[in-house]
Amino acid sequence: MRFKRKTIQQPYFNPGRRQFVQGLALGGAVASLGLGVSSSLFAANNKSMAKGPNTLTGTHFDLAISPLLVNFTGQERYATAVNGSVPAPTLRWKEGETVTLNVTNQLAEDTSIHWHGIILPSAMDGVPNISNGFKGIKPGESFQYRFKLEQSGTYWYHSHSGFQEQKGHYGAIVVDPIEPYPFSFDRDYVVMLSDWSDENPNNIYAKLKKLSHYYNFRERTMSDLTHEISEKGVEQVWNERGMWNEMRMSDRDISDVTGYTYTFLMNGQTPAEGWTGLFKRGEKVLLRFINAAAMTFFDVRIPGLKMTVVATDGQYVQPVSIDEFRIGVAETYDVIVEPKDDSAYSIFAQTIDRSGYARGTLTPDLGLTADVPKMDAGPILTHTDMGMGMSHMNHGAPGGMGMDHSQHDMKTMPAMDHSQHDMKTMPTMDHSQHDMKTMPMMDHSQHDMKTMPNMVTDQQTSKPAIGSGKAGYGSSTPITHPKTEYGPHIDMRADGAQYRLDDPGVGLRNNGRKVLTYADLFNLNTTPDPREPQREIQLHLTGNMSRYMWSVDGVKFADAEPLQFKYGERLRITLVNDTMMNHPIHLHGMWSDLETGDGRYIPRKHTVVVQPGAKISYLVTADAKGGWAYHCHLLYHMLGMFRTVIVS
Amino acid sequence: MYKRIAGIILGATMLNNAQAGMADDPILTKVMINELEVRNTDGPDPIVWDAQMWIGQDLNKLWIKTEGEYVDDELEEAELQALYSRAIAPYWDLQIGWRHDFRPKPSRDWLVLGLEGLAPYFFEIDASLFIGESGQVSASLEAEYEIMLTQQWVLSPEIALTAYSKNDEEYEIGSGLSNMDLGIRLRYEIKREFAPYIGVNWSKKFGQTADYAREHDEDTSDVQVVAGVRIWF
Repeated sequence: MRFKRKTIQQPYFNPGRRQFVQGLALGGAVASLGLGVSSSLFAANNKSMAKGPNTLTGTHFDLAISPLLVNFTGQERYATAVNGSVPAPTLRWKEGETVTLNVTNQLAEDTSIHWHGIILPSAMDGVPNISNGFKGIKPGESFQYRFKLEQSGTYWYHSHSGFQEQKGHYGAIVVDPIEPYPFSFDRDYVVMLSDWSDENPNNIYAKLKKLSHYYNFRERTMSDLTHEISEKGVEQVWNERGMWNEMRMSDRDISDVTGYTYTFLMNGQTPAEGWTGLFKRGEKVLLRFINAAAMTFFDVRIPGLKMTVVATDGQYVQPVSIDEFRIGVAETYDVIVEPKDDSAYSIFAQTIDRSGYARGTLTPDLGLTADVPKMDAGPILTHTDMGMGMSHMNHGAPGGMGMDHSQHDMKTMPAMDHSQHDMKTMPTMDHSQHDMKTMPMMDHSQHDMKTMPNMVTDQQTSKPAIGSGKAGYGSSTPITHPKTEYGPHIDMRADGAQYRLDDPGVGLRNNGRKVLTYADLFNLNTTPDPREPQREIQLHLTGNMSRYMWSVDGVKFADAEPLQFKYGERLRITLVNDTMMNHPIHLHGMWSDLETGDGRYIPRKHTVVVQPGAKISYLVTADAKGGWAYHCHLLYHMLGMFRTVIVS
Repeated sequence: MYKRIAGIILGATMLNNAQAGMADDPILTKVMINELEVRNTDGPDPIVWDAQMWIGQDLNKLWIKTEGEYVDDELEEAELQALYSRAIAPYWDLQIGWRHDFRPKPSRDWLVLGLEGLAPYFFEIDASLFIGESGQVSASLEAEYEIMLTQQWVLSPEIALTAYSKNDEEYEIGSGLSNMDLGIRLRYEIKREFAPYIGVNWSKKFGQTADYAREHDEDTSDVQVVAGVRIWF
């Protein structure tokens, strides 16, 4: 089963920077390939891979997909490896070059590779039965991918077959730009986050279908209740619990699959081992964060260091300095940190539900260690997360979610701190009295008043408001639920879904740290396609949590017709999240130009997180003919929450 | 409907969980032994079971339900239901099928019309209407609530009520509300799938049913300490 690696393994030279940087990302698990690797061999091997996967450079690559015995938990399991490595080797490419990748399937089942975020012809996109002419790679067969790199940045690749991604079939891609980087850095590290389970992914999926909260061990208990009652009194707690009890939903329902089964990895290292990156005091360190998890959102911070976000999903953004960011499944963020002293720092990536974390260390010296912070308290969903936005606060609202909020305690609304807001933009609202009847549910913590629906313009900049319908400013189309969204397969419709671009999301609001939000993202360059959208598609992300069914507009993939895009058109897609989960939505083949409130600098993404009960929109230039996948990137959602897009 | 049931049965024999693959809606099987317990009584301690199983997909399933009591090496009561179950609302399944009572003898058959699901405020409900051969109609309602004391200790009170349309001396059943079971069980989920429990069960007979019991020198109400295990997979 052994094969010879033809790719030249040479240390990476960063052309945009004088210094030669290799990091510690070299030295992977190349020794054990294929089946039948003895455990002792693996144990030795595991030590050698403690610094993360190999980096391969060049234009020709031979990649072999094979089973690999791994041990992340004390139990040996077979993973799905690329060139004997989990995560797969990092591929370092150069913009403008044409890469050729021969992918050989040494598994007993079909496989594939999708180059996530790379703009390429449909036939090279690697989605079986959707990409033009591609049927997947059969066992024992090879497929040659060949495409020209039209872009630079941080991306990743993974299987688009079965649940192989959960079993380790993912790796990083870094494409160096032709033009110099618009920022400087001395070190360059990929930080790939993922989730590993010893369980068979089919069994995970079956368990979720049988008992959807199977993995949730953060459920509301009696002691939570007695605690709340002693604080607020029976009547108020009864009222607060009302909506959740009526809807038969749990406000602790954050992640479907949790640390109960997952071990969270940073560059393939468990929290016990930790990944390590070296720096010298005063150096600028570029960290390329990639969320390659199957199901896990991470909240990332490096206590003691500010991070400057310079790119997301491979595309440059106007630099923004932050303490923390949430990275949805399949997203990437490039950040620069500048440690000014000789201390070690923890890279801390706690999961959105606080059921675990991945971690690493940035250090000037391998002998130094950094404190690992405690995880934050587990998040609790609010009415905001259920799409009970401002337009819907009148009692007896349609949709069965109208509740009496008049008795809600301010303490349950973490967000009534308006101090950071520019009140000039909201002349009609009297905040001094905090009249909850007029706006009971707004989380104002980090909200920009531009999102207020009745605001026509931002008076300071004269820019159109979010929701004005102008390119870059979002949809003005009312939310309407299609007929297919009614029935036993749907448990919720967010009638009051609003843009929540500046909402850091559940668990991150008002935590005292500057948390990145989508409202902070603006393209470093001017909007590549400044046309106004010619039409708009409104799509609803739908499901039934307890039956564990997921769909778009209430229609699952198996029953859905493809979405038709007209070649050359500029269209807007508005996504309405009618569920209580975050969904990272990935459009293949074309950019998702996210409308964050400035038509001149629309940032480009390949994966867009739609917060629970929220809406969001992006513009798409349909400039790539053929069949494309369009789906939620949560692995156990995507079977149903999926569409084929055909551009013709 | 028959086609669908046939499809489910056929599919279930061909597939198992591990082969679910990328089908979003695989045919799955769930076995739930909700109660398997010994009850402490004055006489011989009965072993009581209440178990269910389904085979099917998200919205259409075949359900098997069984309940019974085994006392002193003898099967006292045993019933089996086979139901086609169809989701009719986000939290509700309509169930139609057949019930056979093996014990007490002589055995009887019923048509079943049931509604199973989760009511607001998280009450698990199983309500059924049974139509017997002799025109006897019976209704039953079971409701259960789960109180999470911790993530693993669960306290679950439950109530079960049964009523009949006519007197039936042979089975010692009177018309109207015939009996009620009130129980509370405390379980410890060692795993989600496996939880031993202890509890108390109070059974009471009403009306003509109670009269029949008195005629046979039987108790009309009984408090039992129970110990058992809850298993699903």
